[in-house]
Amino acid sequence: MGVPILKQGYYLIATIQTALTDTDLQGLRDGLIAQIGRYRARGVIIDITALDVMDSFAVRTVQDIAQMGRLRGAETVIVGVQPEVALSMVELGLTLAGVNTALDLEEGLILLDERTKRASKGGEARAP
Amino acid sequence: MRRERRGAVQPDGPPPAPRLKGRTSADLPAENSIPVRSEADIVFARQKGRELAAALGFRSTDLTLIATAISELARNIVLYARRGRIVVKGIERNGGRGIMVVARDDGPGIPNVAQALQSGFSTSGGLGLGLPGVRRLTDEFDIVSAVGRGTIVTVKKWLR
Repeated sequence: MGVPILKQGYYLIATIQTALTDTDLQGLRDGLIAQIGRYRARGVIIDITALDVMDSFAVRTVQDIAQMGRLRGAETVIVGVQPEVALSMVELGLTLAGVNTALDLEEGLILLDERTKRASKGGEARAP
Repeated sequence: MRRERRGAVQPDGPPPAPRLKGRTSADLPAENSIPVRSEADIVFARQKGRELAAALGFRSTDLTLIATAISELARNIVLYARRGRIVVKGIERNGGRGIMVVARDDGPGIPNVAQALQSGFSTSGGLGLGLPGVRRLTDEFDIVSAVGRGTIVTVKKWLR
């Protein structure tokens, strides 16, 4: 089951809609990293609101996406970490260190606008 | 491993004699034994565990903790043993209810269990938080492993 990746301006938005297998997560990683180049994206938002579990593999893959994305010139923001998922992650010792997080999609877009501001010329970071 | 395979968690084994007054084990939701052979089974196993835990009365937060623990245990099976089984079962003790998750495989076993329980230790390129993490997510944790014969991890979480 693939994760749809939406292009909005200079940003890519991946909304996870169901539980993902390890292969699905790796497919998401590879898809996002390829599309950063194809669409010259400066930011990536991964919405994990619907994800049932963030276990060690999922967290590692998300960290990989953020680090690989940064190497490709794009900032990644994880949005939609549910309270119970946050608790299980803390208990597992998985803190997503070094990865941007925001409450939801709206906050994630604001964060990306701030982070990518210097890349634009007129002050408005997002493409029309 | 053959000896342990006939253990109490086997679904078609003899049911344990009910010891509690009032409630009997017949009130508990049926146990579920899920074969784990591929990564798709990891997702299936944690969903089945979540369902059983919900039927037992666990709340949303605990459901996620239980599902996450099962996910880690099932992934260990796929990574290290290739195939095994996750059994989820409602349990009772002193009038309290809980869920027991047994992850068993006939894989290579763990040479140094104490080391595997230390944070940061992993031989599969993972984050190395699998077993210590599972231990933190649950109330009781037990592991039996024999090199060349397999591993059985048993965890329990109690309703509060």
